[in-house]
Amino acid sequence: MAELALEKEMRKVVVRFSGDSGDGMQLTGDMFSQSSGQEGLDLTTTPDFPAEIRAPQGSIGGVSSFQIQIGGTEIYTPGDQVDVLVVMNPAALKANLDKLKPGGTIIADMDSFDRRNLKKAEYASDPLVDNTLDEYHVIKAPATSLTKSALKDLGLSNQAITRSKNMFALGIVAYIFSRPLAKVKKLIDNKFAKRPELAEANKLALEAGFNFSESTELFGASIVIPPAKLPKGTYRNIDGNTAVAWGFLAASENSGRKLSLCSYPITPASEILHELTARKDMGAIVFQAEDEIAAICAAIGASFSGNLSVTTTSGPGASLKSEAMGLALISEIPLVIVNVQRAGPSTGLPTKTEQSDLYQALYGRHGDAPMVVMAASSPDDCFRFSYEAAKIAMEHSTPVILLSDTYLASGTSPWRIPDMAELPEIKIPVFDRSPEEWEPYQRDPEYLSRYWKSPGDAGFEHRIGGLEKKENTGNLTYEPANHQKMTKIRAEKIERIAKKLPELETIGAQQGKLMVVGWGSTHGAINTAVTELLEDGEKSVGFAHFNYIQPLPANTEEIFGRYDQILVCEINNGQFVNYLRSIYPQFSYKQLNKIQGQPFFTSEIKAEIINRLTDL
Amino acid sequence: MMEGVADKQAELTRQDFVSDQAVRWCPGCGDYMILANMQKAMTQMGTNKEDFLCVSGIGCSSRITYYLDTYGIHSIHGRALAVATGAKLANPDLNVWVFTGDGDCLAIGGNHFIHSCRRNINLNVVIFNNKVYGMTKGQSSPTTPAGIKTKTAPEGSIENTFNIGELAIGSGATFFARVPDNNHKLLEEVMLEANKHTGISVIEVLQNCVIFTDGIHELITGKETKDDNQVVCKHGEPLLFGKDRLYGLKLDGMKLKKVPYDENDTGFISHDMYDEDSAMHLALAKMEIPDLPVAMGIIRQAEKSNYANVLHQNIKRARELSEFKTVHDLFYSGNTWEV
Ligand code: SF4
Repeated sequence: MAELALEKEMRKVVVRFSGDSGDGMQLTGDMFSQSSGQEGLDLTTTPDFPAEIRAPQGSIGGVSSFQIQIGGTEIYTPGDQVDVLVVMNPAALKANLDKLKPGGTIIADMDSFDRRNLKKAEYASDPLVDNTLDEYHVIKAPATSLTKSALKDLGLSNQAITRSKNMFALGIVAYIFSRPLAKVKKLIDNKFAKRPELAEANKLALEAGFNFSESTELFGASIVIPPAKLPKGTYRNIDGNTAVAWGFLAASENSGRKLSLCSYPITPASEILHELTARKDMGAIVFQAEDEIAAICAAIGASFSGNLSVTTTSGPGASLKSEAMGLALISEIPLVIVNVQRAGPSTGLPTKTEQSDLYQALYGRHGDAPMVVMAASSPDDCFRFSYEAAKIAMEHSTPVILLSDTYLASGTSPWRIPDMAELPEIKIPVFDRSPEEWEPYQRDPEYLSRYWKSPGDAGFEHRIGGLEKKENTGNLTYEPANHQKMTKIRAEKIERIAKKLPELETIGAQQGKLMVVGWGSTHGAINTAVTELLEDGEKSVGFAHFNYIQPLPANTEEIFGRYDQILVCEINNGQFVNYLRSIYPQFSYKQLNKIQGQPFFTSEIKAEIINRLTDL
Repeated sequence: MMEGVADKQAELTRQDFVSDQAVRWCPGCGDYMILANMQKAMTQMGTNKEDFLCVSGIGCSSRITYYLDTYGIHSIHGRALAVATGAKLANPDLNVWVFTGDGDCLAIGGNHFIHSCRRNINLNVVIFNNKVYGMTKGQSSPTTPAGIKTKTAPEGSIENTFNIGELAIGSGATFFARVPDNNHKLLEEVMLEANKHTGISVIEVLQNCVIFTDGIHELITGKETKDDNQVVCKHGEPLLFGKDRLYGLKLDGMKLKKVPYDENDTGFISHDMYDEDSAMHLALAKMEIPDLPVAMGIIRQAEKSNYANVLHQNIKRARELSEFKTVHDLFYSGNTWEV
């Protein structure tokens, strides 16, 4: 057996739970995340769902996994390579072995490595017995049988008993990482609050796994990860889709506008629709429309009625919405369109991540139709950016596109719960004079926003619509000069928002050879790569990350000017880099593009940076 | 509060709903009559001027939102109902009217139409049925009868048509009325009844387009022929038509049949617009000349739960039972930890 890669004290560790889709790996992973957060660790997680919805049990197609990186340092990604791999059956081993570090630890439910399961996973002989796993540290745990005997007196069905074996696995992992058993049990109690008999079973299985590890002395001692230095506060784990939904609830509360969400189900955005449907209890008005077009149109109606209005979708749905985006834009009403991007074109890889709808967000409308485009960069900051998107839409009477993606939507990270008072105030321009002094297309002079008047407001009756409007009065007109003027005003309105945006920040070299650039969900991988290089003594690399894409932060050009070369890394075939080229053609750009439906590995970015530096 | 509303209402005149925009339909277009009657009816609906919202799509019909001095959205082709749905759900106190045409509502907007009927959301929908695309200059629509020549059917249309009443009722609409554009009294009456109905109200107006399909409804609406070719449905009354109302309707097996009326014969059909079962309403809506008269007036008005009300009741209840008073409570629910 190879030398053990785990050490007694580690800065960060990657654990991957993997099993059949019925094995409860997502729940196991989620509990381990909660427990890690409670111990003061930073973390990032990502689920990896089976490729096929109804793949046969025990087959490779039916493997479901959950990966988490935990650390006593800041953690921005779920990790490139796995330190500890938990496999509940042979298929899970087969599907994940290539992700394991040399010398990594495998915890396998040896009971499930029977002839039938080995055959389903296409193993000719048992890898736990032959020499397949020689370079790894293997813990063979009789998870199924020990769970059965631990639970035998509970009078549960066979199925319920077998389903608890994931907690046996969690017990082993809890032991390895010195987790206080009582705290993990509390998590189980919370999870199964309504089913005490299942809580009992799960706790017994957990304990059995923990005791098995202790008594068999699998490790000389447990691994300790010193807690991370996170800002003080109350934390919880949050996934990107929930964070988006909650950002809108917060914006609704702070602005005093009711929230209307009008959406049509689509992977991977549906969870926002689900969460806000459940948030009827917060007063959210949620409408599941008959199609994507109806969804955005209903949101436009809701906005005219005076609500904070949102429609959520993914790329194919965003295509269908593009005509109506034009209506919202020419009507100059607040609206947020969330695109949780997936790999396209067409149905593409609907469950996989990509950043390839950037062109669509920037340019995918007829006419001259500029909109605010922004992107979130981690599961927890999806909250901040959905709040910001709502704020900008309402303060500037404009549609805003917020880009997220599969990776952010289903990944989780710890979120420091903000005080509502610390969130930026939402100041919707108010027209406080009499109706006689008002015109429908009058604007706030500083930012050119139109005033938001809604039905119910006597004296301000007016019509909006898709036809070009006369400046100020909003009357219909085909006057040539007016169309030019209005087109310019609409563009200028978006540009002026840049004044309000935070400046672009850089880490690492403030000038020099190479500036690494990313946008949206690639932040974690690029940040980690650059930070590691800086720690290794590299002095000529800087990194800047974009959340605001249209308009760009005001100091973008000045910052780019300080470097010899700009390396733009993105999960598409080069959309942001070309956008930058079109705006600032004077700089020398290089690009790193990954288009595999997968996020970047830190190692890939590191390698490319080193490559570039040797060329320069 | 109700008194205040009534007071304000009493002061409203037709002029209050006339906007400052020049009306730009062709002289003689049936749309003028719909506009005038709508403006008149609005003064009697018990709704304050600022609480009306008029929504339209694209086409000649949809221009009407600019001519009504209320809050209005002239939206995009086919989508008026979707826009109106969002607006109504956002503020269920609004009195929302949707104006659309046969092309706008039934072709490009067909999906929204059937689903709005199915949901029975409290919207009032006026469909201007001129059986042609007017604004885009004369193409076939889903109601263009077979054989009629259009720009896209120069030899005459070869398509089957939608019967708007059949489609609406079949999709779950709880209120359906049909009116010729030249019957002012009936137009106003139907608009006021639609206003009272708490579910979706669909009004089909047989509207004359003087440019592309002039006279297409003539046999039904013309002075000479209308008595024979129209039956105006009145709840609780036998369905009589023809000069001096000499004919009535009877069932012959599953089919309606025109029979000389005999008041002593109890086999004649009386109109029951409140019937929950839509079978007779469908049969009436489907009647066609020359064998049967075309049914006018309110054909169906049934009670069924309506979407906006139920949704808001559910939200209200959930809010009352909620353990979350503010988002702060929500954010701190479940597993949290201190650093
Ligand atoms: S084209 Fe026909 S429907 Fe349109 S305004 Fe003229 S007459 Fe009316």
